[in-house]
Amino acid sequence: MTPDQILVTVGGLAAAAGVAWFFWFKRSPGVRASTVSDGYQEVMILVKGGYTPDTIRVAAGRPVRLLFRREETAACSEQVVLPDFGKSAPLPTGTVVPIEFMPGEPGEHEFTCQMGMLRGRILVEAV
Amino acid sequence: MGATDFAGAPPRGATGSSSPATLAQPTNSAATDRQAEYRSLMRKWWFGAAVGAPTMVLSYPWLIPGLRDVFPRGSEQLWWLWVAMGIASLAVIAYSGNQFFTGAWEALRHRSANMHTLIAIGTGTAWVYSTVALLVPQLFPSAEMADVYYDVTVVVTALVVLGMAMEVKARGRTSEAIEKLIGLQPRTARVVRDGAETEIPIEGVVVGDIVVVRPGAKIPVDGMVVLGASAVDESMITGESMPVAKGPDDEVIGATMNTTGSLRFRATKVGADTALATIVRMVGDAQASRVPIQRIVDVVSSYFTPAVVILSILGFVIWYDVGPAPAFTYATIVAVTTLIIACPCALGMATPMSLTTGVGLAAGHGILIRSGDALQAAKKIDTVVLDKTGTITVGKPAVTDVVAADGFEVDAILALAAAAERDSEHPLAAAIVDGAAERGLSPPEASRFEAVPGHGIRAWLGERRVLVGKRAFLEAGGVKAAVLEAEAARLADEGKTPVYVALDDRVAGLVAIADPVKDDSAAAIAALRRLGLQVVMITGDNRRTADAIARRVGVDRVLAEVLPQDKAHEVRTLQLEGRTVAMVGDGINDAPALAQADVGFAIGTGTDVAIEASDVTLISGSLRGVVSAIAISRATMRNVHENLFGAFVYNGLGLPVALGVLYPFVGLLLSPILAALAMSFSSVTVISNANRLKRFRLKEVAS
Repeated sequence: MTPDQILVTVGGLAAAAGVAWFFWFKRSPGVRASTVSDGYQEVMILVKGGYTPDTIRVAAGRPVRLLFRREETAACSEQVVLPDFGKSAPLPTGTVVPIEFMPGEPGEHEFTCQMGMLRGRILVEAV
Repeated sequence: MGATDFAGAPPRGATGSSSPATLAQPTNSAATDRQAEYRSLMRKWWFGAAVGAPTMVLSYPWLIPGLRDVFPRGSEQLWWLWVAMGIASLAVIAYSGNQFFTGAWEALRHRSANMHTLIAIGTGTAWVYSTVALLVPQLFPSAEMADVYYDVTVVVTALVVLGMAMEVKARGRTSEAIEKLIGLQPRTARVVRDGAETEIPIEGVVVGDIVVVRPGAKIPVDGMVVLGASAVDESMITGESMPVAKGPDDEVIGATMNTTGSLRFRATKVGADTALATIVRMVGDAQASRVPIQRIVDVVSSYFTPAVVILSILGFVIWYDVGPAPAFTYATIVAVTTLIIACPCALGMATPMSLTTGVGLAAGHGILIRSGDALQAAKKIDTVVLDKTGTITVGKPAVTDVVAADGFEVDAILALAAAAERDSEHPLAAAIVDGAAERGLSPPEASRFEAVPGHGIRAWLGERRVLVGKRAFLEAGGVKAAVLEAEAARLADEGKTPVYVALDDRVAGLVAIADPVKDDSAAAIAALRRLGLQVVMITGDNRRTADAIARRVGVDRVLAEVLPQDKAHEVRTLQLEGRTVAMVGDGINDAPALAQADVGFAIGTGTDVAIEASDVTLISGSLRGVVSAIAISRATMRNVHENLFGAFVYNGLGLPVALGVLYPFVGLLLSPILAALAMSFSSVTVISNANRLKRFRLKEVAS
């Protein structure tokens, strides 16, 4: 092997490992939903190439309202789905769309776009 | 079922369509959004194509006879030409391809990757390589390596953008069904206010309003007819093609079309409570739900995009280390091709697109499939349990036969029976009174009645005595009824209930009463059996009656004398035999059995479409709906499997070929432009295949 081949091999493997680490080993602490006057735990989620924030912490047993605001026109994100709660809503660009649900037991749930390319997590925590 | 508990609980608010005014809005603006997106993508495509065509030609001028002399290899004019192309392609990236770079950046900030990531890296790499080759060619050991690949950047961007535009267009078609439903809602209604008819916007109609429907007009909201008679075309909601006769006390469904008569009805459901609004909501929720098989796909697609990036890096390394010269060029091309050919979109869209189309198709036939779970389960069922009353039969007893003894007229017997039974509350009495009325008879006025519960009724018409009831009841009154015994036995064998009628001391005849079988039940059951399903009838009737009906409609198995509360238990017993059971019932009395079954079908719900216990709701009362629902579920799931198979095979074959697996054997290496074509084509194919479902015809039902 020539030195440049060794360099490319080592660099390539390092880059591959870096990609794996970057995309697959992420943990974000998440954002805790704030409780508003009507007793709902509310959080505003920006939809633009992904969900911001994409990890939401809520307390079990109290109703949750997620307010989605889509700021892009890419067709990919035009619908948001919460499969575990059987909820979904179309997200017209620039409109705030509320989705309400009741988190039962502590656990982890997903919300995604219709094709599952954009993903977010809801962490239901014991009170 | 399961996770849908929350979904069902609050009937509205979930999708933001809680007031009548908002019914049409969300999807309408989705359609507008889609239109705008399509137009913007098409502009980007034309710009990319306009730059792409000359770029393709001018990238290899030495291959084209006329240009070979103008731009010879290594000449200064060629260098300047390439510089111009580099600037033009940068413009294409900035305008046509900007969503790839912004999308990739947004995704990167979320530490995720998607199609945009792949295309951005692919086209970006090609551009950077070309620009470096142009500006610092001394970095490359041979002049051949310093060729530019601006055509890859431009053409790939243009093709992928075109694919996206076609995808947006096709997506719109998959949701046509729900847009059509929304479009059914009339804008105004004629209501009686302060004694005068006024035309008001549909949002202004309140429960209790008297609504006037003229011939040929649309019925604006749900209600109950108070005056008038007409036939109403309900095909757009129930899927039934024949107009339905409507008179006082009949239910009318909003958005259906009145034909020739005039009607006045009292509004019972308005705004978000109407059948149409509920249907729109249910269809929307079902279309966005997940088919269970999707969970596997989700796992795959969550690893897919980064895995492709890793594959392309490894491909680069391998081609650099062991590939032919010029290694760096080949390695770059392979890496770029790999990034571009991978199509996470085909994978991600395979299931949702088919589900959206299938659920929409079903809705067009008056069948509401609640979720992807129900759809997948409906495909697997092997046994259909039909509740007899109201499902196979009309659910309302009626006079089917009248047998006259010697010296009596058929009509006279029915009139006598009706006279005697007029004030009785027995369910069979109502059938006799209705039967007489239907035949246009006017029964004489009875002067005195005596009901003997469980046996019969004694009535006097002036001096004449009429007995109506069981044979033993007549004989106790001194009437000999043996002459009609054979006829009575025959009627009983046909599943009918014979009632004896006597005038004074002579037996006059028999009136047979039965819950009539719906016209199309036998055909529908035959169709179910043709689909390979075992058909079971469940009823509280005695075995003799049950068997008689079973013979007429041709079911495989009869569960007779089942108490209403035991129906769920019977379904459970069938499931323990290892069967996947669908239960068909009216959704109210059969709710526990519907919930117990693997798939519960509520039939004939009319405007009451949101039956909680059911997985599938059939708005019309015809059993053919069950056949259609199962046929549509099967076709949809087949479509899902085709799409998933296609997407997996495409990626499974495309990726290795792009990586150059075939190169050592047959010297085949894909160009990035071909990869872009294949990628765009694959996602369009998936959507087109889903759209193909719409052409699905219910031939089983027709035959």
